[in-house]
Amino acid sequence: MNLNSRIPSGPLEQKWSNHKMNLKLVSPSRRSNYTVLVVGTGLAGASAAASLSEMGYNVKSFCIQDSPRRAHSIAAQGGINAAKNYCNDGDSIFRLFYDTIKGGDYRAREANVYRLAELSNNIIDQCVAQGVPFAREYSGYLANRSFGGAQVSRTFYARGQTGQQLLLGAYGALMKEVGRGNIELFSRREMLDLIVDEAVKGITVRNLISGELETHMADAVVLATGGYSNVFFLSTNAMASNVTAAWRAYKKGACFANPCFVQIHPTCMPLEGDTQSKLTLMSESLRNDGRVWVPKRSGDTRNPSEIPEEERDYFLERIYPSFGNLVPRDVAARSMKKQCDEGRGVGEYKMSVYLDFGKAIDKFGKNVIFEKYGNLFDMYDRITGESPFQVPMRIYPAVHYTMGGLWVDYNLMSTIPGLFVLGEANFSDHGANRLGASALMQGLADGYFVAPATVSDYLASVDPIQKDKSSTLAEDSKQKVNQHISTLLKVKGNKTVDYFHKKLGQIMWNHCGIARTPKGLEEGLSLILELKERFWSEVNVLGSAKDLNQSLEKAGRVADFLEYGELMILDAMSRNESCGGHFREDFQTDKGDPLRNDKDFCHASVWEYKDKNQAPSRHQEELLFENVKLSQRSYE
Amino acid sequence: MMSKKITLNFKIWRQSSPEDKGKFKEYQLEDVSVSMSFLETLDLLNEKLVAQNEEPVAFDHDCREGICGMCGAMVNGEAHGPLKDTTLCQLHMRHFKDQDTLVVEPWRSAGMPVVKDLVVDRSALDRIVSSGGYISAKTGSAPDANATLIDKEKADLAMDAASCIGCGACVAACPNASPMLFVGAKISQLSLLPQGQPESLQRVEDMLDQVDEENFGHCSNTYECEAACPKSISVSNIARANRQSILKSLKG
Ligand code: FES
Repeated sequence: MNLNSRIPSGPLEQKWSNHKMNLKLVSPSRRSNYTVLVVGTGLAGASAAASLSEMGYNVKSFCIQDSPRRAHSIAAQGGINAAKNYCNDGDSIFRLFYDTIKGGDYRAREANVYRLAELSNNIIDQCVAQGVPFAREYSGYLANRSFGGAQVSRTFYARGQTGQQLLLGAYGALMKEVGRGNIELFSRREMLDLIVDEAVKGITVRNLISGELETHMADAVVLATGGYSNVFFLSTNAMASNVTAAWRAYKKGACFANPCFVQIHPTCMPLEGDTQSKLTLMSESLRNDGRVWVPKRSGDTRNPSEIPEEERDYFLERIYPSFGNLVPRDVAARSMKKQCDEGRGVGEYKMSVYLDFGKAIDKFGKNVIFEKYGNLFDMYDRITGESPFQVPMRIYPAVHYTMGGLWVDYNLMSTIPGLFVLGEANFSDHGANRLGASALMQGLADGYFVAPATVSDYLASVDPIQKDKSSTLAEDSKQKVNQHISTLLKVKGNKTVDYFHKKLGQIMWNHCGIARTPKGLEEGLSLILELKERFWSEVNVLGSAKDLNQSLEKAGRVADFLEYGELMILDAMSRNESCGGHFREDFQTDKGDPLRNDKDFCHASVWEYKDKNQAPSRHQEELLFENVKLSQRSYE
Repeated sequence: MMSKKITLNFKIWRQSSPEDKGKFKEYQLEDVSVSMSFLETLDLLNEKLVAQNEEPVAFDHDCREGICGMCGAMVNGEAHGPLKDTTLCQLHMRHFKDQDTLVVEPWRSAGMPVVKDLVVDRSALDRIVSSGGYISAKTGSAPDANATLIDKEKADLAMDAASCIGCGACVAACPNASPMLFVGAKISQLSLLPQGQPESLQRVEDMLDQVDEENFGHCSNTYECEAACPKSISVSNIARANRQSILKSLKG
């Protein structure tokens, strides 16, 4: 496997501009000869489709929902970083780069991350021009805030709905091109196969309304299909978020990098029973004033108000006296899980800890606290029916974002020529852990600015596809997809798809979640293999393939998640260190801090699919750090 | 601490295809925990239906946190159910009583035809946006973000309008099936911002023309839309859009 990252030479600050000078161009008159398919319409997909179309390429855009505006980017709350330094507080492109690299626990490429920081400023300009209503000062200037423990105020935001507003901006750009007849929009389509013949040739999608399979041939394919958090069944992701497009590309030769890197968010709505379908994120800012505690005695079922101070364990304050409730996400999440595992969890299902504002309310008064957290308290109240002013909030960690993804080079091209991967679906910018407010930044940097340049470079080197030569490839692909679908429908067992998805989620959470051990991973692996077998003999998918069939859609996705979970575990087993979102209990300091192993693991693990009966092979892309010094975190 | 369980009687619209006439079917669902959301209750019902080899109820949903606009149905005649400012996915069962009967049907509007069960086709709303609901700012052409200052008040009003999630509840609630709250919100957002000014009048004309081309009715100011909107978008946005439209007709 030749993993050429194509990182340009030269000083860090000049790599992207030099590289752009060296990229080949397609002349405007020839661009309409080329067809580019963009799968997914989140921030990355919508912005890429719009930008490529504005350049003059033939673009087709695909999304799984009824409208491109529903993509999961819409749910991002917090904000988007940019190195504008509008606050004059010492921010710079280098500092944003440095924070992102460090936040990623030194498992991302310097060159990619620097480019991301560099492009961050253009993104804000672009979004404002599109009418994104960012928060403003009374002076009319853009407002900024500090986010996720950053020491500078570089986060732009639109109330608690930044993702929504950025997405609607990109959606507007996309729909402008659709309206002008430059983009053909295919909504309610699910990509089920990538057509490859040395280079990428197209995709096969299922029309989710008619059930029909359609193939679309093209000169390049852009995947912007998001992350794989839903392998855990419960996550903060939308219900339709899935790994299928990426997974099927993987099986066609696109390598998958760092699958075990997932981000877990400590402040989510707690689990309320086995009918719960998703977890909802609440802003981490809650930990600024809320105190995390559990009863000292396990199995204590008294109401929180009946538990006296001396019988409460404010465990974060106790274990991490200097950071207290503000320890980083992963540290807080691990600590919370440990309390619950040891039987001190609270709530009906004992799967939550208290986040108590009592002391803050006494100190600052109800009004001040309402000013700060009113909307979050309302949201909590709406979902749980409890007011945090009366009863302490309950929280529990949930999977929120996945850093791993399809491997891409500096051009965001995968190991399949002509297949580009953008946004959360690729692995490139966040290393082992993502900094707050940088997911939106990456999606838009990839889509508006990187892909238009690099996809052009690729197209300049290939001849436009001959439509007549592609029909056998298309037929072949359709037939295989058809087979897969009929196999699912034919099982006719007695368990629902969700039954398997929930079981898989439990295995992943317990064995490959917040804290991992070699033994636990081993067990998890055999449990998954068992479950996979049962799935293919016991699942019951009703209805037909010829119309809207949501169980069938879900069944295909869960089948892929079952395979994906296996790869995640293999990756977690082979990474013998703790870094970022990957915590191995056998690699920690005496104080319980994660222990990185830079000597042996300063690389991205890159998995190559072999075939059904053969284990995938693991390759490595070594990471070189020339501009930052690697350091260990410590939170004593 | 056990959360309460209730039994609910559902009357749910079942329609296998756009051509099918469709009818209500009754289901009784026991053991509904009041901490569940409305969509989780439908999940539970569907699990039971599959166990009895009956096809599950099709319904649209995605984020389940009230922001994507994918979910929605009429519950006892109200768009997104009885709770104000709430999408169906954020409606929890504690707002219902044991033995309540819930009549659940899809959005009803010629402009948003039923696809299957509770799923409707909202592509008309996308077409309205593609006719002009944007600012034409080509990638790469933008000046520095602070080059144009924007009144905070205006930016906030634009943000209020921009909170629309495009769910279609306004159309479903309107006796004339008019999408004017949806359209007005987009027109307002963009015309309030200096960046949206140059295209403002053309935008209004194009979007309203597209509304006429779709199978929607006309707004007669009943304000049902505002009452049903899960994001409490104000009808003042319709007035603002109408002013733009008048301006356009004056200028020709
Ligand atoms: S599912 Fe997204 S708004 Fe209800």
